[in-house]
Amino acid sequence: MTLRVTRRQFFKLGAAGMATSSMAMMGFAPEPAVASVRHFKLTGAKITRNNCTYCSVGCGLLLYSRGDESINNVDDIYHVEGDPDHPVSRGSLCPKGAGILDFIKSRSRLSHPMVREPGSSEWKRISWDEALDRIARHMKNDRDENFVTQDENGNTVNHWLTAGFLAASASSNETGYLTHKVVRSLGMLAFDNQARV
Amino acid sequence: MTNHWVDIRNANLILSMGGNSAEAHPVGFRWVMEAKYRNNAKLVTVDPRFTRTGAVADFTAEIRTGTDIIFLGGLISHLIETDQIQHEYVRNYTDAALIVREDFGFHDGLFTGFEPVTGTYDKDTWHYEINDEGFARRDDTLQHPRCVYQLMRKHYSRYTLDMVETVCGMPRHKIQRIWDMVAETAVPGQTMTILYALGWTQHSIGSQIIRAAAMVQLLLGNMGMVGGGVNALRGHSNIQGLTDLGLLSNLLPGYMSLAQAEEQDYREYIEKRTREPLLPDEVSYWRHYERFHVSLMKAWFGDAATEANNWCYDWLPKLSEPLYDVLHTFHRMHNGEINGYFCQGFNPLASFPHKAKITESLSKLKYLVVMDPLATETSEFWKNYGEYNPVNPEEIQTEVFSLPTTCFAEEDGAIVNSARWLQWHWAAAPPPGEARPDVEIMAGLFHRLQYMYREEGGAFPDPILNLTWYYRQPAFPGPSELAREYNGWALRDVYDENRNLVCRAGEQLPDFGALRDDGSTSCGCWIFSGSWTEEGNQMARRDNSDPYGIGMTLGWAWAWPVNRRILYNRASARPDGTPWTREKALIWWNGTRWVGADIPDFPKQSPPSAGLGPFIMNQTGRGQLFARDRMAEGPFPEHYEPFESPIGMNPLNPDNPLAKNNPAARVFEEDRENFATFEEFPHAATTYRLTEHFHFWTTHALLNAIMQPEKFVEIGTGLAEELGIERGDRVRVVSKRGHVDAVAVVTKRIRTLQVAGKTVHQVGIPLHWGFKGVAKKAHLTNELTPFVGDANTQTPEFKSFLVRVEKL
Repeated sequence: MTLRVTRRQFFKLGAAGMATSSMAMMGFAPEPAVASVRHFKLTGAKITRNNCTYCSVGCGLLLYSRGDESINNVDDIYHVEGDPDHPVSRGSLCPKGAGILDFIKSRSRLSHPMVREPGSSEWKRISWDEALDRIARHMKNDRDENFVTQDENGNTVNHWLTAGFLAASASSNETGYLTHKVVRSLGMLAFDNQARV
Repeated sequence: MTNHWVDIRNANLILSMGGNSAEAHPVGFRWVMEAKYRNNAKLVTVDPRFTRTGAVADFTAEIRTGTDIIFLGGLISHLIETDQIQHEYVRNYTDAALIVREDFGFHDGLFTGFEPVTGTYDKDTWHYEINDEGFARRDDTLQHPRCVYQLMRKHYSRYTLDMVETVCGMPRHKIQRIWDMVAETAVPGQTMTILYALGWTQHSIGSQIIRAAAMVQLLLGNMGMVGGGVNALRGHSNIQGLTDLGLLSNLLPGYMSLAQAEEQDYREYIEKRTREPLLPDEVSYWRHYERFHVSLMKAWFGDAATEANNWCYDWLPKLSEPLYDVLHTFHRMHNGEINGYFCQGFNPLASFPHKAKITESLSKLKYLVVMDPLATETSEFWKNYGEYNPVNPEEIQTEVFSLPTTCFAEEDGAIVNSARWLQWHWAAAPPPGEARPDVEIMAGLFHRLQYMYREEGGAFPDPILNLTWYYRQPAFPGPSELAREYNGWALRDVYDENRNLVCRAGEQLPDFGALRDDGSTSCGCWIFSGSWTEEGNQMARRDNSDPYGIGMTLGWAWAWPVNRRILYNRASARPDGTPWTREKALIWWNGTRWVGADIPDFPKQSPPSAGLGPFIMNQTGRGQLFARDRMAEGPFPEHYEPFESPIGMNPLNPDNPLAKNNPAARVFEEDRENFATFEEFPHAATTYRLTEHFHFWTTHALLNAIMQPEKFVEIGTGLAEELGIERGDRVRVVSKRGHVDAVAVVTKRIRTLQVAGKTVHQVGIPLHWGFKGVAKKAHLTNELTPFVGDANTQTPEFKSFLVRVEKL
């Protein structure tokens, strides 16, 4: 059994002649006080080094998240600071970078694959397997039908012109590199990124 | 950037033109302010608007959008005629002395070799005179009438002060003042840096504007210098990396290029790209092209790439058009020639010109795949959003897939900033729901295709079946595995020419100097070689010390090439190997090798007495004032009017209709019909970004949406008075292709210009609001913009077009 006591009553009890420490040992404990000293919000946060994803200055970011990477604990980013060690940004962030948490946690973030069927006015949720199977089948059929081995002059061209791909200037080098490798192996030429716009 | 962000602080003069870095790159801009505080540097801005950069500038001037070449050409002429150039630099480090072919010429606005029917140039005459040994002839006195210096002087003699004033609409006292300030940096101890962004690239003559800037910097001796350079402030966080990795229609990683259809012979393909020196003994580093190429083919096709099959030469697609850029692709899509389209973190409905045409094009697709962390306008191009997207979904038969991806905060990897720094970052949290990294999506699609080709056969399966896949978990390629692959590794022991071991089989390559063309090395992107060596991930380095005190933090991250921070830095020293001045010292010859604060951009042990030129990627070893055949519209930049010009003629070449607009620009006929004339659409419009915004992304970020809540356009007080518009009124901005409604911000920041005897009003239209996200909905700005691009890059002309402002 635990006696419910307020903080004030607890001190009164203590003043009445009993050692508060021994009371606590007996199962009395105060309710947390509303006015207690607040902990720093970032105490205990995990800090991860990153770079701002907006413009090309490449400012250093420190992402503060809760969670310790245990398997049943989902890390959650809740604060962003500029990285004071960064030789270009030296801890500064502009209005975009300072508000980047609203981008990471935007309510427009997508969380599952969807399809919009021809003529429909709605999205429909589908599984990853269904999405990738259907897309790959479209690609295979189109490529087999429209792949050009030789042009009208008899030149070997081995290209596929009826499909195109836009890559992303905010994706990492590693994403860009693998995307390029796959896209060219298929023979695609209508391939571009934001460098042109 | 040829230089880097922190180096801006070493400049004595900063010319901000074609960009507004205080607004678009605010944290990078701190180094401009640092230059002002530390170096007593002066900041000059030239812009259609009085911008936030202008607000802290020492001098600002207004200019009509799209006329930068006139201003810079006039500056070139001013520098030459007043003899304010860095003579020793120009003589030794540029091609000014080389003699051009006798049959080269320029008449009535066109260079020799123009073919009006195709709108292209035969560029044979755009070349130096070659002597019997195969080298360019020269006249070091610079007096020969056909040497580059004299031809350039003659070309820009037409760009008089009167002409600049009349075409740019800039008052002459401002022109003179800026030219004088710039000319002061012709002395060795003074440097100017030029900062530009999309305000220079997004014109039908964009590439030539930038070339004109480079010529100015060569004449002043500011290339390769501390606090100098021509610095592109790129737009997106990894646009530099994606360009370096060659994700463009005609490129391969590391600025290598795909073959044209007629380049059937592998040897010819290589030889054409192996640029032999045009002057004796020059480095001409592209001569190693085959090493880079073969190493790439080994990275992609492994054991299947052999000398016998020309390293899988036929497995790469060949080009039947010079480019399959986005304008070309959407034009074909509009004609029904494309069935499937993939948008990986790209929002073309909002980002490409002439939205109505983009909607029609997407509606003709069989399937569209959008991979994005956010719900973009493009992914819902088929959905009716009232006046902002007035479509009927029932009429659109495109099957659309939306695949959720991680964002930067949820993945490890490297991005390349504008200064070519590859910086590694780490994931801090998992993505929402079922979202996946793009590499896993690409792996998922690729494996399904590979399986189908293996089981069913099909069109040319070889490259698909043999593509290397080195990843421990094939469905989850790891960023560190991919980074090691683009750095490259040795497949066999690699030796140098003296049989010294450079690298053992299986080891990561130390840099691209170790690459070989015999199949013994594998490397996915030669310019990134050195980023992940045997010493580990160089991109993750975090030593920010600056031993020379000039902002060179070589221990922070890793810059391509070979961690060099200032390109062409051999030019920072005199021909004899000593720095031009003590304050501007960067690298120097110590008697046995090149040393200093940066990694030398030069053969480390080539003594100054050997006399090699500092621009080692060029065949002449020198900065090219004369571009030879490398540009579409001419070896010298020439002003042509925007395709929608508010004066309807080119005052430089008033009598030749072929020379009104860029003669080499590619225009599709149906788009030509959509170009307006100034009689109907009299106002010159330009587009830009605000500091709170990042294109269409921040429409999804609440804080940013609150800070700039509603679409507006900026008009000058002159135009407002003419149309009876008050601040806060709603206006409609109409172009021949569409319209946007917005709140009018009436401002003195945009001045009325006098151009060629006409009054020209300019209109500023921010890029941001759309019909998705949390920001207030509005018409996309690209309802208005014209479907034409730069003749070299096909970057759309977003910065100069015609509109008509109407009060609502």
